Amino acid sequence: MSEPGGSPPSPWSDAALAAVLFAVDPAGTGGVAVRSFPGPVRDCWLGLVRGLLPAGSPCLRIPLHANDSRLLGGLDLAATLRAGRPVAERGLLADADGGVVELAMAERLAGSTAARLTAVLDAGEVVLERDGVAARTPTRFGVIALDEGVGDDEAMPEALLDRMAFHLELSGVGVRDVARASWMADDVLAARGRLAGVRVADDVAETLCALALALGIASIRGPILALRVIRAAAALAGRDDATDEDIAAAARLVLAPRATRLPVSESPPEEQETDPGDDSADDAERSPPDSADSDDAGSGDRPLDERVLAAAAAAMPQDVLDRLRQGLRRRSRARAPGKAGMAQHASLRGRPIGVRRGDPGPGVRLNVVETLRAAAPWQRVRRQGAASAAGGSIRVEVRRDDFRVTRFKHRSETTTIFVVDASGSSALHRLAEAKGAVELLLAACYVRRDRVALVAFRGRGAEVLLPPTRSLVRAKRSLASLPGGGGTPLAAGIDTATLLADGVRRRGGTPTIVLLTDGRANVARDGKGGRATAGQDALASARLMRAAQIRALLVDTSPNPQPSARELAQAMGALYLPLPYADAQTLSGAVQAAGTE
Amino acid sequence: MPVVFPFSAIVGQDEMKTALLVAAVDPTVGGVLVFGDRGTGKSTAIRALAALLPKMRVVVGCAYHCDPAADVGALCADCRERQKKGIAAKTQSVPVPVVDLPLGATEDRVIGALDLERALTRGEKAFEPGLLARAHRGFLYIDEVNLLEDHLVDALLDVAASGENVVEREGLSVRHPARFVLVGSGNPEEGELRPQLLDRFGLSVEVKTPDDLPTRVKVVRLRDEFERDPAAFVARWKRKDGAVRQQIESARGALPSIALPDQAVEQAARLCMTLGTDGLRGELTLIRAARALAALEGRSQVEVSHLRRIAAPALRHRLRRDPLDESGSTARVQRAVEELFPT
Repeated sequence: MSEPGGSPPSPWSDAALAAVLFAVDPAGTGGVAVRSFPGPVRDCWLGLVRGLLPAGSPCLRIPLHANDSRLLGGLDLAATLRAGRPVAERGLLADADGGVVELAMAERLAGSTAARLTAVLDAGEVVLERDGVAARTPTRFGVIALDEGVGDDEAMPEALLDRMAFHLELSGVGVRDVARASWMADDVLAARGRLAGVRVADDVAETLCALALALGIASIRGPILALRVIRAAAALAGRDDATDEDIAAAARLVLAPRATRLPVSESPPEEQETDPGDDSADDAERSPPDSADSDDAGSGDRPLDERVLAAAAAAMPQDVLDRLRQGLRRRSRARAPGKAGMAQHASLRGRPIGVRRGDPGPGVRLNVVETLRAAAPWQRVRRQGAASAAGGSIRVEVRRDDFRVTRFKHRSETTTIFVVDASGSSALHRLAEAKGAVELLLAACYVRRDRVALVAFRGRGAEVLLPPTRSLVRAKRSLASLPGGGGTPLAAGIDTATLLADGVRRRGGTPTIVLLTDGRANVARDGKGGRATAGQDALASARLMRAAQIRALLVDTSPNPQPSARELAQAMGALYLPLPYADAQTLSGAVQAAGTE
Repeated sequence: MPVVFPFSAIVGQDEMKTALLVAAVDPTVGGVLVFGDRGTGKSTAIRALAALLPKMRVVVGCAYHCDPAADVGALCADCRERQKKGIAAKTQSVPVPVVDLPLGATEDRVIGALDLERALTRGEKAFEPGLLARAHRGFLYIDEVNLLEDHLVDALLDVAASGENVVEREGLSVRHPARFVLVGSGNPEEGELRPQLLDRFGLSVEVKTPDDLPTRVKVVRLRDEFERDPAAFVARWKRKDGAVRQQIESARGALPSIALPDQAVEQAARLCMTLGTDGLRGELTLIRAARALAALEGRSQVEVSHLRRIAAPALRHRLRRDPLDESGSTARVQRAVEELFPT
């Protein structure tokens, strides 16, 4: 038996272990999120999984552009036309029953697609209500999500990630680390047979929950998935009882990558771990067996917890630990769904709002189902005419009158980007006013279904605190954590906002920048102090912004309006609005008035 | 249909369970919105409720499962015709429909459309009822309601308000009753709900992941037991589920006779005035929900305790939208409750 507290297994061997455990129970463990660039290592890993799946189990790849009718199913047009009656088509997710699906470029996956996937994963069936077809098809499968994201901003939708047991990071694994697999497809088959009979000691659920709390894992799916992984691990090892080794593996593979905070290191008696005692009090019948049959799970609860905790902590990659220490991880978590929100937005560009009669052409797509629907009532009449003319070889006769095209509503959404000066020169109460104004504007934006983003600059640079979003919850959170103080890197703030606005525009939205500052820059682009260069840099940035033709508004927040701010507004091509004694209400009113011009 | 997790085995989440039961007892409360963290058993609870509901009497062969005891106004065209002729309807007991509105559903399936099969094969123009028809007298469940396409939301809003689905497309002109309890769930991080849609929900519940160890352990244990042998697990909880079903049934029976003292009405009105909720819908929902709650608890009249318990779900989504009040609104309701109804 290997020592769980010893040196942690190499990343590749853990990845290989995850692969085989996933193969043992694809639907139960939910899936594997593999974060890395495409390359030989990832290919090896994928090859490994495919090799381990029992022969004949489906392994389908879902491209990003898969639409609803391919994903969920719908009306099979070719067959419908051939048969002259509606023929339903099965979707990829129904076909994947008993196997796995591979999601390519999962970091670009739209939130709406992810939601369809999770609905099917949760229900264990595809509920289809499309194109006149209604069907429920049971399906159980595992998901391999290939996440090629770079940095914290690019991540796959959290809702899907949460349902997948394994989160792998293959970026750090070199080709030389790749070892031959130590399991064969036969082992997997044998383990599958054994899976249902695996017994897990009663206190394991407690250990997992305590550990999840210690690591700051909010979702309860973490421990639930870990428990399934323990079963798979025991089954794979050919045991009917789960051992500490299985538990440590599950903690390492499932819980460690989900951690959002460090466990209180090296000091075993934590608050959480005293809880099991209280727990048994409310459930008296359970406590005696707890201590009685835990002999094979180690000597008592606490040592097991410690060892499991150690295994999980050892598995957390060093950079994760560092990021955790800096509290960065948390922010990136909050930010991740923003990506999903934005991708969703892309589909809003051409929201179908119904169909109309008309010819298809460039930019106008024929809606085949609706066309068929329009043609359907006339078939009998037309067939009688056609039969006399051409021997009745046509099954469905469609005429030009029947053509229906989809109408898209191309609404360009407005995204208001607030650029807030959070530096020391904007005294703290001004920052509070700015926050208040932003909140009021958010409410207005919310009513209009617009998006809001927030950039703050202070100290040495600027930061996107809130990527374009419609979620008030997230907006509130990022505003609450907006600190003040430090230098005024005005140029960096303007640059970041311009970049963000450009991104908004490329997605089909209309950006408006609202800059709240007193115009007194004192940190230059390179992060160094100095009022003169800082001012010049800010003006240069402002001119770039003007060149990009972005609608902007500069709100001068200094107690006595400055010429420097006016100058800056001119350079930006922005409206200038001195609001020396503005409270949140006036500010928001002014911004709204300016925005509607 | 796969085996669903038993309602009575759901640990904690009392507010959500209460709200769902209230909606089951009195459909006029107007639906439940469940918003909250990932993995808190939102969909589980709703599907579990479906398995638990007492059966209902319907007219045999009616596509809209009309109520044999309903008055003419609430019947579909066929049943109305039949009643006019004075023919007694055959009836049968069926499970209350809990219809899923899955993401990716198309408009024709939701509101109903031309029956493609009959049109293509027989050249007949016939109406094929959609999900709204199927949900009549039952529940319409939308998971990830905040991701629902806008044009579907539009269709829903109209029907949910009028209780009738009017279809005018493809040369069809059909109207049929569609009264259903709207149940939605979602995660607020993935987008907000349109205010109009928000308003259609009678009760709104916020669910959070339990953060105490014993509860979490219990959740994990029960889930694990269920997954290993669903059938046995459901059998084990059958008695408790049966008790809940009994509770719903007797509460439904008692509902018309629950007394509503003037004092309770006054208190509800005062609470709504203090909170400044728009319109009367808040008061109505509050009173109806409190009455259903009293019926569930086997009381004979609405008491302050019922108002206290149901105030937050009935009112928190109706407060005038202060920007960012997502968590603040619950606190505001609670503060007002504490002020007006001190314990």
